[in-house]
Amino acid sequence: MHPVLKTVLGRLGLGLATLFIVSIIIFSAIEMLPGDFGQAILGQAATEETVAAFRRELGLDEPPYIRYLQWVGGAIQGDLGTSFSGRNASGTDRSREVIDLIAPRLWNTLFLASVTAIIAVPVSLFLGITSALYRNSVYDRTINTTTLTTISFPEFFVAYILILLLASLYPIFPSLANVDASTPLNERLYRSALPAFTLTLVIVAHMMRMTRAAIINLLASPYIQMARLSGASQTEVILKHALPNAWAPIATVIAFNLAYLVVGVVVVEVVFVYPGVGQLMVDAVTSRDIPVVQGCALIFAVTYILLNLIADIIGIITNPRLLHPK
Amino acid sequence: MSSKAQKADHLIQINNLEIEGFSDEQWHPIIKGVNLTLKRGQVMGLIGESGAGKSTLGLAAMGYTQPGCRITGGEILFEGTNLASLRDSEKQKFWGNRMTYVAQSAAASFNPAHRLIDQTTASAIRFKIKNESDAKKDAKKLYKALNLPNPESIGDRYPHQVSGGQLQRVMTAMAMSPRPDLIVFDEPTTALDVTTQVEVLTAMKNIVKEFNTAAIYITHDLAVVAQMADVIKVLRYGNEIEEAKTRKMLTAPKEEYTKSLWSVRSLEKKPVEAQKPILEVKNIDAAYGKFKVLHNVNISVPRGSTVAVVGESGSGKSTTARVITGLLPQLSGSIEFDGAVLPKRLEDRTKEQKRIIQMIYQMADTAMNPRQTVREIIGRPLEFYLDLKGKEKEDRILQLLEMIELDGQFIDRLPSELSGGQKQRICIARALAADPEFIICDEVTSALDQIVQEGILKLLMRLQKELNLTYLFITHDISTVRAISDHVVVMNLGEVVEQGIKSDVFSPPHPDYTELLLSSVPEMDPDWLNNLNKKRD
Repeated sequence: MHPVLKTVLGRLGLGLATLFIVSIIIFSAIEMLPGDFGQAILGQAATEETVAAFRRELGLDEPPYIRYLQWVGGAIQGDLGTSFSGRNASGTDRSREVIDLIAPRLWNTLFLASVTAIIAVPVSLFLGITSALYRNSVYDRTINTTTLTTISFPEFFVAYILILLLASLYPIFPSLANVDASTPLNERLYRSALPAFTLTLVIVAHMMRMTRAAIINLLASPYIQMARLSGASQTEVILKHALPNAWAPIATVIAFNLAYLVVGVVVVEVVFVYPGVGQLMVDAVTSRDIPVVQGCALIFAVTYILLNLIADIIGIITNPRLLHPK
Repeated sequence: MSSKAQKADHLIQINNLEIEGFSDEQWHPIIKGVNLTLKRGQVMGLIGESGAGKSTLGLAAMGYTQPGCRITGGEILFEGTNLASLRDSEKQKFWGNRMTYVAQSAAASFNPAHRLIDQTTASAIRFKIKNESDAKKDAKKLYKALNLPNPESIGDRYPHQVSGGQLQRVMTAMAMSPRPDLIVFDEPTTALDVTTQVEVLTAMKNIVKEFNTAAIYITHDLAVVAQMADVIKVLRYGNEIEEAKTRKMLTAPKEEYTKSLWSVRSLEKKPVEAQKPILEVKNIDAAYGKFKVLHNVNISVPRGSTVAVVGESGSGKSTTARVITGLLPQLSGSIEFDGAVLPKRLEDRTKEQKRIIQMIYQMADTAMNPRQTVREIIGRPLEFYLDLKGKEKEDRILQLLEMIELDGQFIDRLPSELSGGQKQRICIARALAADPEFIICDEVTSALDQIVQEGILKLLMRLQKELNLTYLFITHDISTVRAISDHVVVMNLGEVVEQGIKSDVFSPPHPDYTELLLSSVPEMDPDWLNNLNKKRD
């Protein structure tokens, strides 16, 4: 077996192991949350018997390990359980499957993340490479200062400034990004423009600076001096000699930021009233809807692990020592 | 002679060059007004100790200054064009075209991401000296001329897939590919084993001669430069000491400094009387994982003597040291100290067993904690092994500093505030602090300049006499072995090839490998390389 394939499979195994551990942590963390769903739903007035009956109905009286196994077993088959909300003391049950709650929201989140990534990743790479190329020039300093400024402001602030500029003063884009399954693609893109733009401003700095740093770090290598002394121009030095050796750290930071786009954008969702998975999770935490919280957390974990795995694999296949063993 | 004819004759003329380097927040002069004239086809050797400015001057001949350096005065005329006044983008037309560079570490100087043949031919193709297929054909011819194995296919490999000696030759091919007028060789064989060095030197010498290329050959090794250069220029602290034709320079140097460089190897040790062995390595086999590196190694070390272990990289000499110290438990065999078997693993040895065997390393830099003062570095073994505290400890540290010929004021210094030689002295003091009987010196002088080396070796010999120490001296440098050892162990590929009293090992007849090793050590005779190759053919 080619050693690269072997390494990749190894990483995949490690990823699964990580996921398993994370699932235990998610489950235990939620176990340890203060408060009780039954008590919260039924109110202070409910008698102890009613609460106990309600807990029994939801299966909350089972020992934790049984509930963990049921949950994980279901999750593997794509069943994240049934939401707690929609039930009430009178016994009517309008609760929905967690997966049905999460799926449309997740789709929205992935859509916004993809749009942002399609803009932000090439822009960051371009800015990173060119600022390394023109290191310490006015261009480099301007790019650095600007991106640093945008990352230094809180997301909601950037969002409100953009709303003020592009929705209020110059009404080009809508300030509300309320999309749903029936929204056609072009309308979706139009409505998602401001949140995507906000997120771009938030993540570009990190990726751009890492690209710049990874390249500049290599510029001190003897092989870069060698390339210069064999007549390579600055552009050739950066693109042909530095960049091919810089992919591993760049891929890692891109993966990190893409993961953030999926799991960390709740503030932006709230500002633009974008129906993403972040808001769903916050709502579920507020209402102690444990299956939904667990489901969201698990999906976030999968996102992180998957993206980092991809970054790892990029790091491996761009390393000639691994790709072309002795 | 008309000035035009003179121009044609002089490929490079450097006039009163001054270069500064930036460190510690200020500019320091590195080259202080040096002149240099190089004719077409001439090879000039630049020698000097570290900090002499020889690399800076060699690169400056190409108009190149390293990041953090700047040219502050003088001119660098290449066929009449002043490179010092050109911008980088204009100098690029010369680099890789009219002049090329061969770096010290080929392993670090090849881009790990590209195939060797692409890197070899890049310059020639860039400057349209040859088209791609011609350049590749030519590269293969050069590989062949440089005695590389599989010249047709070696270029398809990546840098990490070939050995250091081969890479150095590929780099020479790369430098030769655009058929430049000048090649700057920057310590190209310093990182190589002696037997490999001979091959690389021969290859470089022949190819420079064949194409009548002018070259600047930078090295600190006099014997090497004697083989390569037509003229030799000696530098010190950024100044020229003297310049002369090679033969004249070797036989009749004018300046005191040059004479001191030449005489470094005059060190000679009086043989000590044979005593009972203090340490015996018996039938040792050892491996890193599945990779076996030592095969049935037997070494006997008499008390109070210096046993030199020589061999090239991969010979297992450092591994032997790791087995003796218990860092790498052996697979089989035993280590006996004063007749008693030492436990295999360091963890199983008593404090006393650890105390009597100490070690000094090649890189004094990395062998000391950069955040600890000399007091802490030397004080730690005093406290750990001998339970010294307070005033007692302080007095002992000062005493040890005196033994290694350093002033008491060094006690509060950090390693970064010491020179290379001083650092190695502190490491010696640290080893002595444990009051050991046996010290393993692993390439302790390899990273030092020759004059500093001599000081360290003299110190070690004096300490041996005073404290009746026993040394196991690991080195690849045959001249060091000649200077300081009583017994010699020759190792190759994890086996002991030969061992015995120095005079026996160094006088014929030799086993084949010892013969190869000894004959590969460059001598100060400019005809040495030619004669050796004649003899070997």
